[in-house]
Amino acid sequence: MSPLHAGAILAATTAGERAELVFFIILAPLAVVTALGMVLNRHAVYSALLLVVNFFCLAAFYVFLQAQFLAAVQVIVYAGAIMVLFLFVLMLLGISREDVLHETIRGQRPAAAVLVVLLLAGTIWALFAHPFSGLGADLNRVAGNDNVRAIGRLLFTRYVFAFEATGLLLVVAAVGALVLGKRAGRPLPRGSAAQREEQVP
Amino acid sequence: MRVEPSWYLVLSALLFTIGVAGVLIRRNAIVLFMCVELMLNSVNLSFIAFSKLNGDLNGQILSFFVMVVAAAEVVVGLGILVAIFRKRSSASVDDVNLLKG
Repeated sequence: MSPLHAGAILAATTAGERAELVFFIILAPLAVVTALGMVLNRHAVYSALLLVVNFFCLAAFYVFLQAQFLAAVQVIVYAGAIMVLFLFVLMLLGISREDVLHETIRGQRPAAAVLVVLLLAGTIWALFAHPFSGLGADLNRVAGNDNVRAIGRLLFTRYVFAFEATGLLLVVAAVGALVLGKRAGRPLPRGSAAQREEQVP
Repeated sequence: MRVEPSWYLVLSALLFTIGVAGVLIRRNAIVLFMCVELMLNSVNLSFIAFSKLNGDLNGQILSFFVMVVAAAEVVVGLGILVAIFRKRSSASVDDVNLLKG
């Protein structure tokens, strides 16, 4: 691409579109690299931290795709609450152990590699077989320049039943976690702090 | 050159594939959960990209519900993990083989 050509293309875009291009060129490889690092890292804590970086990249993409409310929810719920929960459990279960890396089923890794390549080829082929071109619509105009209000209106009118059902789902999940986590009536694991406390008269 | 929503769809396909590879390769149950989270997030990204492509906010609502269900799933899943760890003191999926025939 000649400099003149590139200059003409740059002149045809607005400042916001140029910023999106620059951010995409930086953040998309970062998202892929952190995802790969999350899968390949032997330490689960490093995996969790790389996944947090990945979630932040996705939040930036949501802003560029004009989903401002979901970008905030992504940072608060995913990068905040869910990953902190993961780190809590990692610390609870012990972080010194490294993952076992030897194959337990013979030939699993090559088979997985073949299947993954097939899956990627299939999805990319599906994307290019029905090309989704164009810049899309201006969602800010659709939402009346207020993404949060538009989403809230949809949630509490058309999707109000689903919204209430997810509330019920969250309550059931919380009660289920409590039932799974309680240890009354069960023998304590040997050597645990709680058992040592019991042995002390 | 402008960033089109279809670029995000390709990125989402890449991230989903990486998540699938992680689920197939790794043995640590917590890392498996993280890979599932990555897959859910990549699908969210494609929902939001399609929402922008079609000029329709319903994709964002669907993505919101995916986030809520993922939160519930993580809570129950990690609870099960802790319960298994208490019994078998291992977080590897290979050690949960009591139903082996």
